[in-house]
Amino acid sequence: MRGLIAARVGMGFLTLAVISALLFFATDCLPGDVAAALLGPQATPEALATIRASLRLGEPAGLRYVHWLAAVLHGDFGRSLATGRSVVAMLRPRFQNTLALAGLAAIVAVPLALGLGVAAAMRAGGRLDRAVSTLCLLTISVPEFFIGYLLILLFSVQLGWLPSLAVLHGGMSLAQRLGAITLPTITLVLVVLAHMVRMTRAAILSVMSAPYIEMALLKGLTRGSLVLRHALPNAAAPIIAVVALNLGYLVVGVVVVEVVFVYPGAGQLMVDAVGKRDLPLVQACGLAFAATYVGLNLVADIVAMLVNPRLRRA
Amino acid sequence: MSPPLARREFLRAAALCGAAGAVGGMASLSGCAVPDGGGDTTGMLRIGMAGGSTSDSLDPRTYVDWMPINIGYQLMNGLVEIDAEGRAVPELLESWEPEGDARVWTFKLRQGIVFHNGKSLTPEDVIYSINLHRGRTPSAAQAVVENIVELRKLDATRIQITLAGADAELPATLSDYRLLVVPDGFEDWAHPIGTGGYTLEVFEPGVRCITRKVGGYWKPNAAHVEAIQVLSIGDAIARTNALISGQVDVINRIDGRTADLMRRNPRFQVIRSQTGQYAVFAMNCEAEPYANADIRLALKYAIDRERLLKTVLNGYGTVGNDQPIPPNNPYFAKDLAAHTYDPDKARHHLRKAGRERLDVALDVSDAAFFGALDAAILYQGAAAEAGITLHVRRRPADGYWSAVWMQAPFCGSYSDGRTTVDGALAKAYKSTSASNETRWRRPEFDRLANLARGELDPARRRELYGVCQHMICDDGGALIPLFMDHIEAGSDKVRGWQPSAIYDLMGQRIGERVWLA
Repeated sequence: MRGLIAARVGMGFLTLAVISALLFFATDCLPGDVAAALLGPQATPEALATIRASLRLGEPAGLRYVHWLAAVLHGDFGRSLATGRSVVAMLRPRFQNTLALAGLAAIVAVPLALGLGVAAAMRAGGRLDRAVSTLCLLTISVPEFFIGYLLILLFSVQLGWLPSLAVLHGGMSLAQRLGAITLPTITLVLVVLAHMVRMTRAAILSVMSAPYIEMALLKGLTRGSLVLRHALPNAAAPIIAVVALNLGYLVVGVVVVEVVFVYPGAGQLMVDAVGKRDLPLVQACGLAFAATYVGLNLVADIVAMLVNPRLRRA
Repeated sequence: MSPPLARREFLRAAALCGAAGAVGGMASLSGCAVPDGGGDTTGMLRIGMAGGSTSDSLDPRTYVDWMPINIGYQLMNGLVEIDAEGRAVPELLESWEPEGDARVWTFKLRQGIVFHNGKSLTPEDVIYSINLHRGRTPSAAQAVVENIVELRKLDATRIQITLAGADAELPATLSDYRLLVVPDGFEDWAHPIGTGGYTLEVFEPGVRCITRKVGGYWKPNAAHVEAIQVLSIGDAIARTNALISGQVDVINRIDGRTADLMRRNPRFQVIRSQTGQYAVFAMNCEAEPYANADIRLALKYAIDRERLLKTVLNGYGTVGNDQPIPPNNPYFAKDLAAHTYDPDKARHHLRKAGRERLDVALDVSDAAFFGALDAAILYQGAAAEAGITLHVRRRPADGYWSAVWMQAPFCGSYSDGRTTVDGALAKAYKSTSASNETRWRRPEFDRLANLARGELDPARRRELYGVCQHMICDDGGALIPLFMDHIEAGSDKVRGWQPSAIYDLMGQRIGERVWLA
């Protein structure tokens, strides 16, 4: 068990190392350079040359990668090319915002999805099942910015209950913060709900047709304990995997929602950084996102092993 | 120095209103905002604007987009201000006088001005602030001040500027939004010290900024509101939603369709400014087939400008005539024949160039100007009637200015309005300019444009600039289909708000000029 976990963690770091190289060289291939992007169409050749020289854009890419990786391993992500501020200082508050929004959405979405999935599976084909399926199909078929706009139209513009801007800042109380991010949270919940509900329902139903479930049924167990004690643990692995994927999506895939609600998250930061060719910032954002994905998948693997002893021997 | 002509006819009503208020000595007139009536208000003015980015800094050398510029004008003052009529009026430089041929200028500093840190304004501060943009500097304003060869303190209140080439409109040139004044030797750009009406409280780049009134601001009838919050809202729909749901008072950059909808609701006001901002399809005059002047004319006659104005801009603009000076500019050459849509004339010029048909590619992206892609598609349809096959190539907005612009031989671009005619000509049409996007190089044009710049007699200058406009219009590689208005909207509670002569949001000085009802 320990060996398995160690191997998984090792694989995680290897994945991150590969991603770091991909990130570095892919960003290096972006057309145009930071000097031109910074100064815009009004740049003079002299101003461009001054900036290029100060950024050492002339050095070979391989050398710059080695320097960069060595610094990153020491916790130094460098300074933003565009602002000269420390990348860590720029990224930290934005990433915290992203995690806060994703966390809140996850706290609502995961239990809701599991509950709805289990309930739908228990009464497969029933009225509740059909209602849940319809809701899932609706939310998964509509792009997330559209869900956002619909919620804004209803709750901000028509009813005036909730703000359409989710700008957070230091002086806000917890209640104000929650109020500001209610609409983006609901949007995100609707975006990730369907996938998890459908997977929970499908995984439980597939286990329900196994012989040992039939045995348990014949033994006289109630339907509730059948699903919760026998079916759910055996269906856990795929459900955990899907939950992890969706949690990852909540962190890295929400830039559209950030734009719609003007939420100061890490996605918008990365988009701005790409637009300005601010490579250290792009690379740091990319690594943070990659680490989130790799970390969540790692946790999912380990949790799956814990709930299902058969996976430990794999 | 500037001609006392009213540049903007639609501004006259507002100006008259202002005059009536002043004459009557009244605090305010109903339905007409009078600057004198600008009572100080305790509220916070909330602006939601496009043009902010995480990479923004308050260092004036880095200003390329509107949010930092707007904040810069709250904190600091410029050298010269542009009034609602587009004229250069004193700001920190109180008065000026050219010597002889407009190559040497003497400027007098406004007295009794104090920085937020208590230091008094001296000639050294002004010289340091201008020098930030001269020589080896990352400043994008380098091109604006490169004509300056010497900057000298005459005495405790005066500085002297010596130019390489005469410039009769140097004061207007010095109104550039990057020429903001800080104390001599100042470098702490995270906390700018200026002489503006407000001081910085919070600045989160690409998110928001809050400034608070200093009190005792030297400008009369300015800095009315207690605090200003600027939120960066990049998405146009999010901006509109924020205004409708009452979370901001003012938004910038809305499109014509949204403006028409907003105008129906009495809770909102829509402000439209004709600032000379224009769209351009730039042809590289050194590349085939655009090197042939008849090909260029054929392409100019093959675009339906009226239709573009109606469809792309919903009428919020003016038809362009392939030269950069807008019709409301006092130097506009009225005798220029309009390049109206005429497939027959286009064919005629094609034949003169020895061709029956023409097959060219046009590279565009909405990064070039608002609605560039739609405009290109409409152009494609109109050009087909003239035997011109236009392949519209959609390019990504990201990296457009480095990968497409100045690279593709025929591509979309835009220009902001300029405070001086020379500014408009020097940027994209003189052969010495690095951003001469059409590579149209005519020594005779350069000579005339420089002659006009140094000409102190307005009548003679108008004549020279007229010739320059004819040259660009008839021969140049810039197809300028439209001048595009800036449209902004806000709550009806915002008072004292007027159209801009330059840029938008009252030349980005809205913070110190409006008040809340």
